[in-house]
Amino acid sequence: MSHHIVEVKDLAFTYPDRTPALQGISFRIHHGESVAIVGANGAGKSTLLLHLNGYLTPTGGQVRIGDYPLTRETLREVRRTVGMVFQDPDDQLFMSTVFDDVAFGPLNLDLPVDEVTARVDKALATVGLSHLKERPPHRLSSGQKRRVAIASVLSMAPDILVMDEPSSGLDPRARRQLIELLRSFHHTKIIATHDLDMVVDLCERTIVMHEGRVKADGPTMAIFGDAELLESCCLEKPLRMQGCPLCNK
Amino acid sequence: MHMADALLSPAVGGIMWAATGTTIIYCSKKIKHSLDDRKIPLMGVMGAFIFAAQMINFAIPATGSSGHLGGGLLLAILLGPSAAFLTLASVLTVQALFFADGGLLALGCNIFNLGFAPCFIAYPLIYQRITRRRLTAGRLLLGTMAAALVGLQLGSLGVVIQTNISGMLSLSFSSFLLLMQAIHLPIGIIEGLVTAGVVSFLWRTRPEILDRTGADQDLAKLPLRNVLIGLGVAAILTGGLLSWFASENPDGLEWSLLKATDQPELHLPATAGKTRLEKLQEQTALLPDYGFRQENQTGTELAAAKTGTTVAGLVGGAIVLLFGLLLGTILKKVGRHRGQQNR
Amino acid sequence: MASKIDKVFYDIGRLEILAEQNSPIHRLDPRAKLLVTIFFVLAVVSYGKYAIADLLPFFLYPAIIIGLANLPVGYLLKKLLIVSPFVLFIGIFNPFIDREIMVQFGPLAISGGWVSFASLLLRFSLTVGAALLLIAITSFPAVCGALDKMGAPRILTVQLLMLYRYLFVLVEEGIRMIRAHALRSFSRRRPRYRIYLQLLGNLLLRTIDRAQRIHLAMLSRAFSGEIKTVRQFNFGRSELLFLLLATGALITLRTTHLTDLLGRLLLEISQ
Repeated sequence: MSHHIVEVKDLAFTYPDRTPALQGISFRIHHGESVAIVGANGAGKSTLLLHLNGYLTPTGGQVRIGDYPLTRETLREVRRTVGMVFQDPDDQLFMSTVFDDVAFGPLNLDLPVDEVTARVDKALATVGLSHLKERPPHRLSSGQKRRVAIASVLSMAPDILVMDEPSSGLDPRARRQLIELLRSFHHTKIIATHDLDMVVDLCERTIVMHEGRVKADGPTMAIFGDAELLESCCLEKPLRMQGCPLCNK
Repeated sequence: MHMADALLSPAVGGIMWAATGTTIIYCSKKIKHSLDDRKIPLMGVMGAFIFAAQMINFAIPATGSSGHLGGGLLLAILLGPSAAFLTLASVLTVQALFFADGGLLALGCNIFNLGFAPCFIAYPLIYQRITRRRLTAGRLLLGTMAAALVGLQLGSLGVVIQTNISGMLSLSFSSFLLLMQAIHLPIGIIEGLVTAGVVSFLWRTRPEILDRTGADQDLAKLPLRNVLIGLGVAAILTGGLLSWFASENPDGLEWSLLKATDQPELHLPATAGKTRLEKLQEQTALLPDYGFRQENQTGTELAAAKTGTTVAGLVGGAIVLLFGLLLGTILKKVGRHRGQQNR
Repeated sequence: MASKIDKVFYDIGRLEILAEQNSPIHRLDPRAKLLVTIFFVLAVVSYGKYAIADLLPFFLYPAIIIGLANLPVGYLLKKLLIVSPFVLFIGIFNPFIDREIMVQFGPLAISGGWVSFASLLLRFSLTVGAALLLIAITSFPAVCGALDKMGAPRILTVQLLMLYRYLFVLVEEGIRMIRAHALRSFSRRRPRYRIYLQLLGNLLLRTIDRAQRIHLAMLSRAFSGEIKTVRQFNFGRSELLFLLLATGALITLRTTHLTDLLGRLLLEISQ
């Protein structure tokens, strides 16, 4: 078994309207790593994520997940391995109760009913929402929705968690709880976000994207220390790494 | 244009449910075969969209009233007839359950009246014929307007026929039909204008969305011959029914007037309403003595006894009602008490 | 206008919370409740145009259900009243056309038109009330589950559930749009046709994009064309009892003139 679990090689993608979104992306992510993908709006983050579970087919290059290259034949296995948490939980939670939603993935894997319920219970317990099993998603708070969205992926027992803006739209406490929750996971994590402070908390490695290319790839602290790099990619240092605006230290 | 349980006889309601049920099963099979699983979420959110869209309305200049979208034709254009019919069925079901719109028995009629004509007649035979070969702004407008008008006219025809066969109202056919269709003319025009506007908005901003449903040829394949035969049979049946009812009950203008008020968003200008009311009064004055002819012949007393509407019946009814009230209150008290104990 | 939308929203929420209660009626298998509701509606509409007294005993059903399920009577009545103007308006023409005297209470003569009008109102309250009651004692997802188990096509029930799920999301989106329009349009209460089309068109575009994102979310959870659920219902002894009792009562009411008998009995005793 290869120990680098996600490998992207010369990945290129052009939308049908001829907008080039990705222009030769390459990186390797190893087992258990937690990697942030940052970049300005339109840098290609979301497009990249959509390649990681095979929703988009690259116009050039290749994606490997675990031991498989991503092809039509391996799609099903890849989608089980890669758990994708979307930006808007209202898109992800499409069933009418929390239970049905978390059970959706396992049922599609054709697991026996007992196993499905066990997995749902476990996933909901992990995100601390066992008591909301029968609740319809439209009566959950944003923080709760986000957790259920995560549970709906956990129930498929993925090896890799891919998340698009997991902290957007959360109040400070819900955001803090989410960060703690994610920190407790041992999965390989790939997080696309604008929340650079969260990156400092969660990810030891950061990939900076700019106009469809990888502009930098390295330890988070080193990248966020490079003011010039951040500036050229329309980013800013995380707040906690900026000088205090009140006392100028 | 919603049918209500209170206006239906069980036979008519049952027959219409059978027709609706058959169409639903047919549509489900059809969609299963088409294997486009993108349609599943699209149908779901489009149904919700129709709801949201019906809550937004616009001002009709110079009338002080407002119009909104019905949705049948728009769904057919965006989803194809089978998916559109199912989606509309869901919309009407939710309306029947949550907004007390008509009731459960009438739901079969409503789904059929508002769904079948736009999805399976107006869309393939009118809209598609006009726009299939070449899509231009003019053709789009023409196709949508014509399809919306025909769809609504057929739908209101359905309401007329179903109500008349059920016979819960003292009104009946003849000129009624004409007026009913006339009232649905402006409604159809609004539906056509809104649908055309929204579709051409899509066509301008995101033409690929229309191409996608256009490419989904599951409707164009529908053999025209079969459709025409079906329509012919329907026409003969309706024609037969119409003439039968027209001779049987020489009245019915009024009912269609009332039916128009089922569209509270479309208030007729006050003057038009007045003249119609006057006409109505003339009518009722000219025909003062009709109604339940058969009962008349046998005498009112018998009719009363037959329906159980007697003094004794009413006294008994009052007692039963009182008893019900009491029973309900007691049950509620007991339930609450037990609930507290359980806690 | 925006307030109308808010109200609809609130209404659904209220019914949903009612349906989440825990009473003997709420606990019943939704299939039993659905069947009884259907039988009830059929029984009510099977009466003739002039039935009044025979319809009255049918109010026992809502009374019992409201009692057992602890439902707010005032709220349900108010919901009925909101929709009643339609039937009222249609029916009110009966008395003008149908003037034949039908019932004579001493000096008071009542025409057939009034009788059929009253009958129409009773029929309306009973049938529409039954549908409201059903949704107040059974959650909407459970009704869909029942339909599914009773053989309705899966695609229809899935569609119903998704419609219900996204109703809330889209209505909220619609409200935001209207609010944004209202804030910049000052005195005009409703948008004009052209602007209305823009609003509607944009809402539609967002809706179609959302459908695409949902499809993506489905695919990434191994969706392969068929939605599966593990909803389990239990049609046990209490369901059977409920069904038998209710059906028995409905048949008895339909085949006898209960009120008439009762009234006669009472009148005889008093004489």
